[in-house]
Amino acid sequence: MRIKKHPILDFPEKEKVKFTLDGNELEGVKGEPIAASLVAAGVEVLSRSIKYSRPRGFFCAIGKCSSCLMKVNGIPNVRTCVTKLEAGMKIETQKGKGDFN
Amino acid sequence: MIKTDIAVVGGGPAGLSAAITAGVTGARIVLVDDGLELGGQLIKQTHKFFGSEKQFAGIRGIEIAKNMINELKEMKNVDIYQNSTVTGYFEDNAITILRGENEDIFDKVYAEKIIIATGASENMLPFVNSDLPGVYGAGAVQTLMNLYGVIPGKSILMVGAGNIGLIVSYQLIQAGIHVEGIVEALPTIGGYLVHASKIRRLGVPIYTTHTLKYVYGNEHVEKVKICAIDKNYEFIDGTEKELDVDTICLAVGLSPLSDLLWQSGCHMEYIAELGGHVALRDENMKTTHDNIFIAGDVAGIEEASSAMLEGKIAGLNAAESLNFKIEDFNQLNVKLKSELAELRANPLSEKVKQGIKKALTNGMRSASC
Repeated sequence: MRIKKHPILDFPEKEKVKFTLDGNELEGVKGEPIAASLVAAGVEVLSRSIKYSRPRGFFCAIGKCSSCLMKVNGIPNVRTCVTKLEAGMKIETQKGKGDFN
Repeated sequence: MIKTDIAVVGGGPAGLSAAITAGVTGARIVLVDDGLELGGQLIKQTHKFFGSEKQFAGIRGIEIAKNMINELKEMKNVDIYQNSTVTGYFEDNAITILRGENEDIFDKVYAEKIIIATGASENMLPFVNSDLPGVYGAGAVQTLMNLYGVIPGKSILMVGAGNIGLIVSYQLIQAGIHVEGIVEALPTIGGYLVHASKIRRLGVPIYTTHTLKYVYGNEHVEKVKICAIDKNYEFIDGTEKELDVDTICLAVGLSPLSDLLWQSGCHMEYIAELGGHVALRDENMKTTHDNIFIAGDVAGIEEASSAMLEGKIAGLNAAESLNFKIEDFNQLNVKLKSELAELRANPLSEKVKQGIKKALTNGMRSASC
């Protein structure tokens, strides 16, 4: 969900693009962090932990905590909180350490 | 390979100020920042700053950032590398960076002087299910809602009643998001009471001497249990209270991001009042390493106004040490330091001042390591 009305900030309409998460088509805002568009689309689980496969969500937003590492266009361990969303991106929930398969 | 007079690591309030101040003297500057946008935490601060006019009081953080970024971008002797990560320090006084749209270009930056203004990262708090999606750092919540207009959750529990916890709670309410309550382990509210009363007037309870005990949920936060604590921070039986929230926002302090300083061999000390391990420095923000200066949260957790002043002091002194001509250098240096002292002349800065006293090298021999 996105903020519709704000007393101080303006959020002008930005260019929307389509991308996929684990094969399902979603819509996001071009150029904003991938993880921000995912949260706006209601996606909470971005990756699964290495040992117990526990869910991991958005946490630090500055590329430091590794909670948002996902597979983007086949490349694992992409920090989706500091990577811009582009049209047609193929995003996958990362499991554990990630792989290139 | 990139060659420059001064490299500034970090484009938040401290780094931007350092780069502008040093850039004005004519020194060639390379500024490296790992964010998608320059400005660090400033670009999410929608509130007006306190303090004196000189320190931008009455202006919102987002405006201060915009002005500084514009000023810096107009300087021809300043090269800015955005979305670029500094990966290491090397003893031939170089830093390595990963830059480019995909951060896949590896470059070495040789700099005569390096100003480290890397800021801080958020502290974590241990509680059951602390790793579930829906548990956010306060900075991340600010990024989502103030920068991108994204709502992190429907009902929030804020943990920590320092200035960050109070201000972000207010920002959440401004964004139309329900704040269920604020828990604070200490018996008193740490932040400015102006902020606290504003939030209380809006009906948000602040539970002092309380902490978060348990988070319920499998795939995301569904409910939380808070609990009162005694003097020894032990849970008090029978005081548990369940709250219906889907999001937890942690505002339990920050730790300096000091990796590069450790690597460069600066003398580091653990100083609790400054938030963790910091580099010792002199009054001009120079570390025990002759070529390395520090500014902002990496020098000790404080706030944006002091970070900007420290940045100016570091930038000015780094340029002066390279013999760039600065009219009235001494006068300017003294003025900046007295502005900083003025800013810290309030009871809430007492702790920071004690920490800085411990971090000052006063007379300690500066060694190039």
